[in-house]
Amino acid sequence: MIVADRKKIPEIRDMIRSHKRVLLVGCGTCVTVCLAGGEREVGILGSALRMSLKLAGCTVAVDEYTIERQCEDAFIDALAPRVKEYDAIVSLGCGAGVQTLAERFPTTPVYPGLNTQFIGILESQGVWTEKCLGCGHCRLGEFAGVCPITRCAKRLLNGPCGGSREGKCEIHADTECAWQRIYDRAKALGILAKFDAIAQPHDWSTGIDGGPRKVIREDQCIAGMGPKA
Amino acid sequence: MESEPIILALCCHYCAYAAADMAGSMRLQYPSSVRVLRFPCTGKIEVNYVLSAFERGIDGIMVAGCLEGGCHYLEGNLRARRRIERAQQFLDEIGLGAGRLEMFNLSSAEGPRFAEIATEMHERIVKLGPSPLRRERAAVMAGVEKIAQESLAALAGETK
Repeated sequence: MIVADRKKIPEIRDMIRSHKRVLLVGCGTCVTVCLAGGEREVGILGSALRMSLKLAGCTVAVDEYTIERQCEDAFIDALAPRVKEYDAIVSLGCGAGVQTLAERFPTTPVYPGLNTQFIGILESQGVWTEKCLGCGHCRLGEFAGVCPITRCAKRLLNGPCGGSREGKCEIHADTECAWQRIYDRAKALGILAKFDAIAQPHDWSTGIDGGPRKVIREDQCIAGMGPKA
Repeated sequence: MESEPIILALCCHYCAYAAADMAGSMRLQYPSSVRVLRFPCTGKIEVNYVLSAFERGIDGIMVAGCLEGGCHYLEGNLRARRRIERAQQFLDEIGLGAGRLEMFNLSSAEGPRFAEIATEMHERIVKLGPSPLRRERAAVMAGVEKIAQESLAALAGETK
């Protein structure tokens, strides 16, 4: 899932202080699961912002609404009739949610309430860790199911660097060395011999360095709405 | 009267609420600014509940749960402490200040301790002055009654 965390109240307050009526929009998908932008967090931010704005001498009405998913236009239909009552939106979705709302409502400013962090997992209660960079060319099959592109600080593809100490990375005592994990898992799987071959350099053109990406499924496109139809 | 602080004591049914009861039985004095609300466990108290109380103009909130290790629900009071710390971070960012919210731990046998922490919280809030979001007393008290009803509903939900 996409993992995000909240922005500080003064930062959001200063983005919206010149508006009169602001709608906080939560998202019921990834950011609800990572406890950053669901209905409960929208309620907390709503209370906090109203108090903060009042203390700053601003008269801004702040209301709350949470939809099932911000990153898909069909789910925004439920929100659309309410938006005309407001002169700005604060989205508690990820960056994709913020931009989907901005495209749907071209005359309404949309501000981010969260800092989108990464694609990751729930490691333990209250702790999320990054697992995927979205590089566009998955090579987990080569590395025993552990991604060195995301989890090695140097993105090394042919073994650990000299900073690997007792299974930990030199960047932080809590950060696992991805190559130690790859080695341990490959050994357990009995595939260590695979690592005798040199791993080829990564093709970064499939990642964000090649510009914004798009996935197209022609068979799913609707006539008149798809890219080639 | 109008300038007297309005402080909520969000009390766990199994400890602080009984301690408050004991303080009364012992004829101990504590400030009338403290309004006691009963919860099934301090673990029931969410951050948004605390913030919405401050939004209604409450001057201070004391959360009183069982001694650490003594929670009827094992770790409700430990969760409450972390949530209260998070709410304090919000209060600092908002500009109200974390000092208006505090968590205490005590057992049901500590009536004098309840009177002591209620007095301590009252004195702290008097020193801080009224909340900058404070409205006229009647309006805040109406909000307090609404909060009390919500806490009763929470209790009813727990004992159903």
